[in-house]
Amino acid sequence: MTTVITVPPSLDDQTLETVLDQLAPLPADQKVLVDARHTRWASPYGLTALLTIAQSRAERASFAGPETEETASYWQRAGFYEHAERVFEMHGHVPRPRGHAGESQVLLEITPVAKSDDVHEVVEKIQSKAQTILVNELHLDPMATMRFAMTLSEVCQNIVEHAQTTGWVAVQTYRYRQRLGRRVVVIAVCDGGIGFRRSLESAQGRKLSDRWDDGMALEDAMLRGVSRFRDPGRGQGLAGVRRYVGKWDGKLAIRSGTARIALIPSWDEDIALREGLAPFPGSQVQITIPERVAKG
Amino acid sequence: MTYHIAIDVSSVLRRTVCELYSNLVTRPTGATVRRAIEEALVGLPEPNVTVIDFSHVTLLDFSCADEIVGKLLDAQQRADGRPRTYFLIRGLHEPYLEAIEAVLERYDLAALVQDPSGNVHLVGTLDDGARRAWHVVRQRGSVQVQEIEDELGEPLVPWEEVVSQLSSRRLVVRRDDGRVALPQAS
Repeated sequence: MTTVITVPPSLDDQTLETVLDQLAPLPADQKVLVDARHTRWASPYGLTALLTIAQSRAERASFAGPETEETASYWQRAGFYEHAERVFEMHGHVPRPRGHAGESQVLLEITPVAKSDDVHEVVEKIQSKAQTILVNELHLDPMATMRFAMTLSEVCQNIVEHAQTTGWVAVQTYRYRQRLGRRVVVIAVCDGGIGFRRSLESAQGRKLSDRWDDGMALEDAMLRGVSRFRDPGRGQGLAGVRRYVGKWDGKLAIRSGTARIALIPSWDEDIALREGLAPFPGSQVQITIPERVAKG
Repeated sequence: MTYHIAIDVSSVLRRTVCELYSNLVTRPTGATVRRAIEEALVGLPEPNVTVIDFSHVTLLDFSCADEIVGKLLDAQQRADGRPRTYFLIRGLHEPYLEAIEAVLERYDLAALVQDPSGNVHLVGTLDDGARRAWHVVRQRGSVQVQEIEDELGEPLVPWEEVVSQLSSRRLVVRRDDGRVALPQAS
């Protein structure tokens, strides 16, 4: 028997939780159909998370993509179908590449990251595309491109160093109508690996407190710069990311296991730490950087 | 005589990691570049001022900054004996400098950085007294320890110890004539 998992009409880091809630009670070898037929929009986080869901299933999951041509075409340009065909059993129409129309929103199509060389390639690609968007359209200062690529590099390295599996990264811009009314650039990095808690647990000699859980692991990593490695220089990649995201008045959210932690800017009303979420393997990171507006 | 040597990190990257890469990203890349620099240092005449030049690097991330600058300087700092190699870091864009400052703080290190106009700055962690003494050395070119005391006017501060600390951290050189100078001016 196949269980249908319904993808909401608008798929982002918040609404993905409804998908994970549906998956949580199912054993990993339960056949599922991820049904995105009625989905009209997805953030890069949503798209990369769908691929991660496929990776997390012991029985190959089926996938039915958006019925609207416009949405399917956008997902195709974002690189989703190219990878989805490898990890899902596809149902229905699979759109094929058709030129480059509308590609400007996709700064980095969904790209697999498994090893250090992949990070080099991600950074090379983003440098050639990001300057115009970040400086001319999002009005960030010219040094922002460099900082942006540094940030992207660090979050991708977390996959290589900690996940122990292939992860996915995507970078897109879009108008964030819901809260901000401004354009944003969003980095999404998702993997179905061991996650923050297990990574920190693997540190030699680490003593775990009574309340050790996913939430505390995220607090340790994000707020206290703790790493499973003992070198003094470890843990600062994420600290640097935090610093830069703060400088841009951006938002950093990390979900791992059953918890989610967020660095929240004034324009957002998210919750800093959420615990008791539906379990999901690995780590999912989203960085949102808003368009800069002149102070009135 | 102090020898002056420049190491172009971008060339080291292309020679040791990949001809096609111009970005210093990822820990393995940083570790490979650092090892190549360490190998190059072994054969250099001493004493020397080695310029680590990032001018042609298009990107330096935190991990690479840690692997190259943090671990390189930390190992040199821990080495026994009188300092024979001094470092000057050059060609840092503002974001790289921020990353390197963060790295130095983690290791409790300080380093000399040269800006595009040729001025040398102190970055990293150093207590206030040592920092002020270093600025006197920089302003005057070379000084006797007594001149630092005269300039800063705090006779109770053990300036001799402060200068020894600066010297062991490779931020100044104690010349044979007893004067104290910046490494690149020695």
